[in-house]
Amino acid sequence: MPTGAVIEFTSISKRFGAVAAVNDLSFTVEPGRVTGFLGPNGAGKTTSLRILLGLVAASSGTATFGGVRYRDLPHPLKTVGAALEAASFHPGRTARSHLGVYAIAAGLPRTRVMEVLTQVGLAAHAAQRVGGYSLGMRQRLGLAYALLGDPGVLVLDEPINGLDPEGIRWIRGFLRDMAAEGRTVLVSSHLLSEVAQSVDDVVIIARGELVHRGPLSSVDTDAAPQTIVDSPDRENLAATLTAAGISFSIGRTGLLAATGDPAMLGHLAFEAGVELSVLHRQKVGLEDSFLALVGGGHSL
Amino acid sequence: MTVFLRSVSAEFAKIFTTRLWWILAMILFCYIGLLAGGLAALFSAIQTGVISPDAVNTGGGPTNFGSLPPLIYSFASSVGYVFPVLLGALATTGEFRHQTLTPTFLATPRRGVVLAAKTVTLILIGAGFGIVALAASVGLGGGVLSAFGVDALLLDTETWLLVARTLLAMGLWAAIGVGLGVLVPNQVASIVIVLAFTQFVEPLLRLAASFLEVTAKIGNFLPGAASDALVGASVFTIANPVGAAPLNWWQGGLVLLGYALVATVIGYAASWKKDVT
Repeated sequence: MPTGAVIEFTSISKRFGAVAAVNDLSFTVEPGRVTGFLGPNGAGKTTSLRILLGLVAASSGTATFGGVRYRDLPHPLKTVGAALEAASFHPGRTARSHLGVYAIAAGLPRTRVMEVLTQVGLAAHAAQRVGGYSLGMRQRLGLAYALLGDPGVLVLDEPINGLDPEGIRWIRGFLRDMAAEGRTVLVSSHLLSEVAQSVDDVVIIARGELVHRGPLSSVDTDAAPQTIVDSPDRENLAATLTAAGISFSIGRTGLLAATGDPAMLGHLAFEAGVELSVLHRQKVGLEDSFLALVGGGHSL
Repeated sequence: MTVFLRSVSAEFAKIFTTRLWWILAMILFCYIGLLAGGLAALFSAIQTGVISPDAVNTGGGPTNFGSLPPLIYSFASSVGYVFPVLLGALATTGEFRHQTLTPTFLATPRRGVVLAAKTVTLILIGAGFGIVALAASVGLGGGVLSAFGVDALLLDTETWLLVARTLLAMGLWAAIGVGLGVLVPNQVASIVIVLAFTQFVEPLLRLAASFLEVTAKIGNFLPGAASDALVGASVFTIANPVGAAPLNWWQGGLVLLGYALVATVIGYAASWKKDVT
């Protein structure tokens, strides 16, 4: 069983002219866990991953696998498997010959080609030209390429894009399985909700800079709790809240009171003799916390 | 070394898993076969008097093509060279166009190794195109010559040296194609340059250069002229017999190699080792 290596970004920066696509980015990714690499489109995710894989040269800083740069790995495809967003296929080549070319280049046994095509569910389409593939099939073929060397580290850029619901469920299980086997799994996405079910840790970047990292649960920051409360006699309820010094705003389904304690509000209303029709804690979703972290959802 | 050999092997697989190579090879065979066969018939008919000398438009000059077989056989390279250039340029620009540089460089992060492997592979396949072209020019052209009773010189050492030099020239042309591909990664632009240069610009330059002694010497260093010098015979030399003495065959070969190396090295720096996004 291949073992995962620690991925380490150390002060990575990348400038395109005057624009800093990535700025002083440092974080590590541990084996045996699925790490979500998150940020809005244009945050610098793909650039960071391409730097990690030696496809783009960093302006400064280093990115390594167990301390070794990608280009210095003795057996790159056996160490790291990568599937990047771009559809990197010659449309006239069949899936089997596409993978066959790179199996030869990496010195892998040709039997791996059909093994990985079977693993991603493309065995029946192995002899078909890739030009006729759907987006979902291309995603799977990209994944098959990543798996070719049975690597201990997987780096996947937006692997869920373009998959149908069945494919999404499949890849979620797949990511969990890979991590459970002790591999390092780094998955980028611009939607936290897309990967929330499969990731253990998150690294969140915005505008090329790290804004948050930690276990998934750490994203759920409930900084400004709210409770929705309403009454047939809304004016009386509002007066009661004001008298109790609780600030509120008027929402679509009632008053949004700035407190995370519905029991306290219920007691207040009971004492004031105000009938309540709605009373529940407003749950701040993961996605909202995520959007707050990356500075609004303008780019989503 | 094993990484290099694997890369060469992968580059071979890249060429032979798409349809381009045999389509080009087929057109090459038909094109050269038609030209070499047709002109072999015409020239030998004139030389052997099958076409009455009175009917030949000599413009007052002699009707002497010299030895016909080398002239006919050299069509393989003097006309066919555009095919290995195209194959080399398409093999390289295709990597940019279809973004296959990503999986390629992931499998072999040493980019210089990949480019060297591509060049070696294309030289060998270019020589393979040479075999196809010679099968047409020597096979069909020589057959037609024999049919007219002209000695096809198939047992002559000179003929086989010409064959060997043609293979070398075709290989070098494919390497020039690879160099052009990294120099001009845009596939459409690359194809336009290959066709415009080989079919119009260079023939015209060679013609223009031949009028003055000084420019004729410079004209010898044009790639097509260098290639004809390497092979040792060309239809262009009978069409234009007054030019300066051509380069030696080995000089012609070095000039071709020089074009390939310069284009490849500059292209490596300009596009191949740049960011793959």
